[in-house]
Amino acid sequence: MNRDDGAPAAPALQLRNAGARVGGRWIWRGVDLEVPRGELIAVLGPNGAGKSTLLKAVLGLLPLSEGEVRVLGAPARRGDARIGYLPQRRSFDPDLRVRGLDLVRLGLDGARWGFPLPLRGESARRVDQAIERAGAGAYAHRPVGELSGGEQQRLLIAQALVSEPALLLLDEPLESLDISNQRAISALVQSICREQRVTVLLVAHDVNPILTYLDRVVYVAGGGAVAGRPAEVITTATLSRLYGVPIEVLTAGDGRLVVVGQPETASFHGHEHH
Amino acid sequence: MSITDLATAPIPAPSLDLLADLEQLLHYHFMRNALAAGTVVAVAAGVVGYFMVLRGQSFAGHTLSQVGFPGAAGATLLGLAPAAGLLVFCVAAALGIGALSESRSVERRAESAAIGSILAFALALGFLFATLYHGFVSGIEALLFGTFVGISDAQVLQLLVASLLLLAVMALMARPLLFASLDPEAAAARGVPVRLLSVAFLALLGVGVAEAAQITGTLLVFALLVAPAAAAQQLCARPQVAMLLSVLVALLVTWLGMAVAYFSPYPTGFYVTSLAFAAYLLARAVRWNAGRRGRRAGADA
Repeated sequence: MNRDDGAPAAPALQLRNAGARVGGRWIWRGVDLEVPRGELIAVLGPNGAGKSTLLKAVLGLLPLSEGEVRVLGAPARRGDARIGYLPQRRSFDPDLRVRGLDLVRLGLDGARWGFPLPLRGESARRVDQAIERAGAGAYAHRPVGELSGGEQQRLLIAQALVSEPALLLLDEPLESLDISNQRAISALVQSICREQRVTVLLVAHDVNPILTYLDRVVYVAGGGAVAGRPAEVITTATLSRLYGVPIEVLTAGDGRLVVVGQPETASFHGHEHH
Repeated sequence: MSITDLATAPIPAPSLDLLADLEQLLHYHFMRNALAAGTVVAVAAGVVGYFMVLRGQSFAGHTLSQVGFPGAAGATLLGLAPAAGLLVFCVAAALGIGALSESRSVERRAESAAIGSILAFALALGFLFATLYHGFVSGIEALLFGTFVGISDAQVLQLLVASLLLLAVMALMARPLLFASLDPEAAAARGVPVRLLSVAFLALLGVGVAEAAQITGTLLVFALLVAPAAAAQQLCARPQVAMLLSVLVALLVTWLGMAVAYFSPYPTGFYVTSLAFAAYLLARAVRWNAGRRGRRAGADA
């Protein structure tokens, strides 16, 4: 797989004095951070802090109100083929009668005009490969609506992977999955990150299911964001500074992290549903 | 043959000799026109219907068909062709629905509220036009429930041109539309103009409805738009094959419905609709049976 896109040394993500405003209200501003390539990075933070907003800025769907966001060495722009994206999702309608395979295929050529004739040759092989990679081969021929949440998630990961992106953005991929599926998807994402050398940015509401797989975290809270190793960021000192109020990070006996004292984001109006 | 001739003429009886019956069916020019128009409309309706059912926009389609009624009635009142009124009203209403449901995050809910309002207003207008135009009573029944007598050569040609245009645009936007229908957020991130496609599709749906209404009547448009597509999706989960199946079912119910109506005193719309409904029930039964067998095989394994 070719990862040389002009600026191989450029970091996966660079935000300089970045600020995003939605409906006249600052979601976060003054954000400076850098994320290297080839790592698995979790985007953490309370509801409404602007995790999805950050992804939208990276995708070029939401222009920044100030500052700059650079993706793989170039300014963020809409329709960047080097990015694979898994949106935050409710599950598919149980009556949806379209095969998983057809859904995955759209990740390859869905943005091109024309009629979706059945794929052949190299393109068909790439679709099959992405499905195998995501471990969805057993049910890719069944209608998506009949599949479980975990199965649908694997197919959607295959859809995001099929264009062989250099950066994979996953918005709450563990949401509404049971614990064993959360673990399986986390492991899958990590192996994709390691083996295909894809940078993965994964938004999560709770860090614990993925803590052991992570290289780095971006913590979005209190109108700002910081990036670093989990052990540096998810600490009493860093989070207290970010939130601007005293926060305590406790470690439970089984290694789970518990963040105590997070203020509710009062200005939050139903952007993310849980 | 005019409408009055046909009304007083004896109902032709089928001989149950298939070839002779077919010959009798195709003997009259009006019947050949009706079958040609039905064929052209069924193909367009099968394709547009597939996407309408996939996108869960059946309610929008329903509203467009109701809006067709005042369109056609208004055109008649002004001395214009009903088909022109149908087309203008359906496409305008489609764009109206698209514009009223502006906000994307609450699209479905805003859309249904916007549609409901347009629906009520349309029926009221149609009623007004029909009242204003006193000589229109027999025409109303044809508008609402369909007829296949008196489709002119020019009308067949108009339907053909509209259908070809519709199919050409659909062929051009089928792939991004499929993406935008199944996964709008991912499609938008990949650069698909989701909003534009949504409005464009509604406009095409307006054209499709205006066409189908000329065969089935505005109240029974669903026979050609929903039932064949829904039946096809029950039977097959490959988009390309399901689209083809949808067209085939629409063609079959149109041809059969018209043939049966020719040998019977009852309206075409009734037969086309009943056959389409039967096709849908049959498709559901087939799938249910396949699912049951699949489950049993799974339990045995």
